[in-house]
Amino acid sequence: MTATHQHGAPAAVTPSKSTPAWRLLVTLALAGAMSGWLVVSVYKVTLPAVQKHAAEQMRAAVYEVLKAPARWDTLYLVNDALTRTAPTGVDLAEVPKAFVGFDAAGNRLGVAITAAEPGFQELVTLMIGFDPASGTLIGFKVLDEKETPGLGDKIERDTAFGGQFAGRVTPLTGVKGRAGAPPSEVQTITGATISSRAVIRIINNAVARWRPLLDAWDREGTK
Amino acid sequence: MTAVVSDQPAGQPAFVPGAPPPASLAADIWRGITRENPVLVQFLGMCPTMAVTNTLANGIAMGVATMFVLVGSGLLVSIFGKYLAHEVRITSYILIIATFVTLADLILAATFPDISKALGPFMPLIVANCLLLGRAEAFAAKVGPARAVADGVGMGLGFTASLSLLSAIRELLGRGSLLNHDLLGPRFEPWVFMVMPPGGFLTLGIALLGLATIIELRRRRAERAA
Repeated sequence: MTATHQHGAPAAVTPSKSTPAWRLLVTLALAGAMSGWLVVSVYKVTLPAVQKHAAEQMRAAVYEVLKAPARWDTLYLVNDALTRTAPTGVDLAEVPKAFVGFDAAGNRLGVAITAAEPGFQELVTLMIGFDPASGTLIGFKVLDEKETPGLGDKIERDTAFGGQFAGRVTPLTGVKGRAGAPPSEVQTITGATISSRAVIRIINNAVARWRPLLDAWDREGTK
Repeated sequence: MTAVVSDQPAGQPAFVPGAPPPASLAADIWRGITRENPVLVQFLGMCPTMAVTNTLANGIAMGVATMFVLVGSGLLVSIFGKYLAHEVRITSYILIIATFVTLADLILAATFPDISKALGPFMPLIVANCLLLGRAEAFAAKVGPARAVADGVGMGLGFTASLSLLSAIRELLGRGSLLNHDLLGPRFEPWVFMVMPPGGFLTLGIALLGLATIIELRRRRAERAA
């Protein structure tokens, strides 16, 4: 065989006849340890930035769906009841939360909650702001969706669609081809009927689930 | 096998069998962008090429992340390659690549969370991009660290350039914008098809056709001149 200097030519290394097993093990163990150390170090360095961003996103969403509250309280859903104290020993990101917003004078503006259900393709996650006493919506924001670009993802971009929800009373019904009439109709997006209906369903289910919880919280007083 | 080293000039460093011919670092970089462009010439990394070139920001981010992994893994493979037992070298390369992919994923999530969200599962999937294992095995393991890094930069730039080209076309036609800046105005009806997966195939096909045409025209001109 003459020398071919093309790279991509088969490596002409004769495989070492028998590399002892311990050497293979040591090689992989060392490589694995180094890799693990690198990943953990970078994870620790980047974690605060990741958490900070998630918190900021949540704050911005609450601010948006409750129409600029002056401040808000966080309630945690533990054992089917709301509590003001954060549960310990669990990942707080996994605990369902309600954000109760107040205006500058201390009047309650409404409550913001998150909810996720399947849309056309994958889970659609919304933050929903509503008044628990009347079931009236204040607004909603799409936190996450993977709907069809240009069609289903209009639930996130189409301001005419998103703008209809403020002031509507749950349970909502979707209507096609004409403007939705108060108090409960909203017009679905042409070409994104399934995604629009998913938004309506998520809002209806979430409000239906959270209203009794919030009523119970109100009845017990904010003790 | 003895013939392999026979034509090496005396006084040169030991020749690694199958190693690429000597070249300057600039040539190593330039090669990845042009003659050996990973996407348009070598057809490597087709999965991210189709999947994430729906917007320019995604295309650039995927390209830069891949370049980071190419450079990092190339450097380590070049330094440690000779200590790796032959039988476990591919496993070790993949481990090194996976490590850098994880680092890239973490860093992107901390710095550009929106892009990180948009790329979703395709960030961790860089590890399955055969461009990386290909460069580690065919190039980085057989050259010194400087050339391995140069090759990583070149291939990374070539990959980024190709992805940017495809994603710019797709975002412009599919959304009427570039980097989220509306360029074509409200009267433009977006070609939704272009930002969906089939649009990726179509755009790549047209780009390859364009490239092949250019190469063919050049060849004919050279023939006529000869």
